Amino acid sequence: MTSSNGVVLEARKITKQFGGLTAVNEVDLVIRKGTIASLIGPNGAGKTTFFNMVSGFYRPTSGQMIFQGKETNGLRPNRITGLGIGRTFQNIRLFANMSALENVLVGMHCRLTTGWVGALLRPPAVVQEEARARRRALELLAYVGLEGQGDTIAKNLPYGLQRRLEIARALATDPQLLLLDEPTAGMNPQETVDAMALIKRLRDELGITILLIEHDMKVVMGISEQITVLDYGTKIAEGTPEQVRANPRVIEAYLGKGVAYALADTGGAGVYGTP
Amino acid sequence: MRQVWQAILAPWQTLPARQRRIITWGVGILLLLVFPVLDRSLKWQTLNDVTDVLVLVILALGLNIVVGYAGLLDLGYAAFFAIGAYTTGILTWPPHGLEWNFWVVIWAAVVVAALCGIMIGTPTLRLRGDYLAIVTLAFGEIVPIVMRNLGNQTVSIGPWRLMENFNLTNGVQGLNPVGRPWIGGFEFGFDPAPWYYLILLIAAFVIFANVRLQDSRLGRAWMAIREDESAADAMGVDPIKTKLLAFALGASFSGFSGAFYAAKLQAIFPELFKFNLSIMILCMVILGGMGNIKGVVIGGMLIQLFDRVVLTQTTLIARGVGQTLNIAQLATVDLSLWRWFFFGLAIVIIMVIKPEGLFPSAARRAELHEEVEEQEAGDDK
Repeated sequence: MTSSNGVVLEARKITKQFGGLTAVNEVDLVIRKGTIASLIGPNGAGKTTFFNMVSGFYRPTSGQMIFQGKETNGLRPNRITGLGIGRTFQNIRLFANMSALENVLVGMHCRLTTGWVGALLRPPAVVQEEARARRRALELLAYVGLEGQGDTIAKNLPYGLQRRLEIARALATDPQLLLLDEPTAGMNPQETVDAMALIKRLRDELGITILLIEHDMKVVMGISEQITVLDYGTKIAEGTPEQVRANPRVIEAYLGKGVAYALADTGGAGVYGTP
Repeated sequence: MRQVWQAILAPWQTLPARQRRIITWGVGILLLLVFPVLDRSLKWQTLNDVTDVLVLVILALGLNIVVGYAGLLDLGYAAFFAIGAYTTGILTWPPHGLEWNFWVVIWAAVVVAALCGIMIGTPTLRLRGDYLAIVTLAFGEIVPIVMRNLGNQTVSIGPWRLMENFNLTNGVQGLNPVGRPWIGGFEFGFDPAPWYYLILLIAAFVIFANVRLQDSRLGRAWMAIREDESAADAMGVDPIKTKLLAFALGASFSGFSGAFYAAKLQAIFPELFKFNLSIMILCMVILGGMGNIKGVVIGGMLIQLFDRVVLTQTTLIARGVGQTLNIAQLATVDLSLWRWFFFGLAIVIIMVIKPEGLFPSAARRAELHEEVEEQEAGDDK
């Protein structure tokens, strides 16, 4: 499955135009297996547009998106999920009126095989598949910290747990690469710390490669090994947290030109805080 | 009085839940099975009406898959019923010379209705919400008109005559008679009891299918699409394929009842399948509670009970009152002409008071009640 050099996702000069507006402009990106990578940039920099191209919601105007050696341009989202890319959404999009367990079971959809004939006749093979799926779903709920909440209707869960349920649902698709769109948005400091720990566990224990969009610089600097900075749809910097933090173009993009020169000497510490 | 009730109910309540369920179901099924005997010996003469009610309940259960499970608003569902009935009529009408066996025809009706579901669904299920409703509305109008106009068709291209006075559906007069079912040497005739048992069997199968589908990988996918189509897509659910299956399976159930209805009525004509019927079926689903099998069955029965019993009885009462009080308008009133007024009124009242229906599914109740609470909380501020 994985190509020999261990590259999970590769974007080659990927571009997305909406009419006259270029939202993402010739961005190159390489993510290796087992990395926690971040995509950052000011509002409107094209981060979510990039995500939507990876997960198939948008078709790139030009360029190539390659997942594990296979070009994914033009594939529908459900096909891309089937290939092994899971995602969460910036504004939580759970199946609000279904139970937590059902949400996770829907995530398993493309890993299960029962069709309508099987659903009607329910032969032993289908009964076993359902039982296996339920066990696995309960395991996943427990893994993200939702033990015993399987029967709760999704929208009745507290906010932080809804974020976790969204991750469990994405894990149920059995992804090689997990896209997290602002996983700690709206969380209090304690919830943020817990979420960071969970994301690390996903990589360390399950071996899932992670690409996240995040505005909270503590989170970005704290868990990512590779950071890509977008501004007005163009990649302006890439590297380790230390490299990116010291890059004057990044500081400029976030705070404007004057501040960038003033802060360049401090290595950007004043802008991002300490990790 | 209350103590008497408690004395009767006490031993019942001490039984384990499982046994109680078995007994309830057993008694219910037994009652349904002996109903024709009861009906005949007590001279109720309702068996024929009950059979017709079950035809509509089956239609409501089929529509429940499309509207209740997958959340696709279908305003032309009667078209699939018409297709099932006409398939039966065309394959058994003596002048066509086919006269197929009913037990084959009923399956042909199911397959044709499902295929028509796929045919209308393939180009249109990419549309969302209101747009789909409009397309299905148009489809529901088209089908009866096509059936009316396929009575006498002559098609010629230049000198070639492809069809000359080709009569598929016999136009406005419709197809009459339609082939009846046979079992061994016995032909289903004017005695309603065999029809009743047949429709009971079909209803049992359709309810069974609804239950099984709801609690399956496919049922979950339908509900996910109803909740959030894009999120479902991102979770690996193919929206087009899944919605198409809802359309095809929903349509196939109406194929059953279409075939049955045609054979029982012995005559089908385009007027039977008008827009009103689609709306009546939709009312049954909404009144009972979308997505809830029990709700849809009871909702369907309530509407039919109202239509067939309450309206005719109140008409008689109103006329009696009109005659005694000498009020000419009341003495000649026919309330059954007002049925659509009452249906409309009932839907308005239900939507205002209990929008999730009389017997809502858990998800619908959660959906609608939370919003009300949120609104009230918002009003306090």
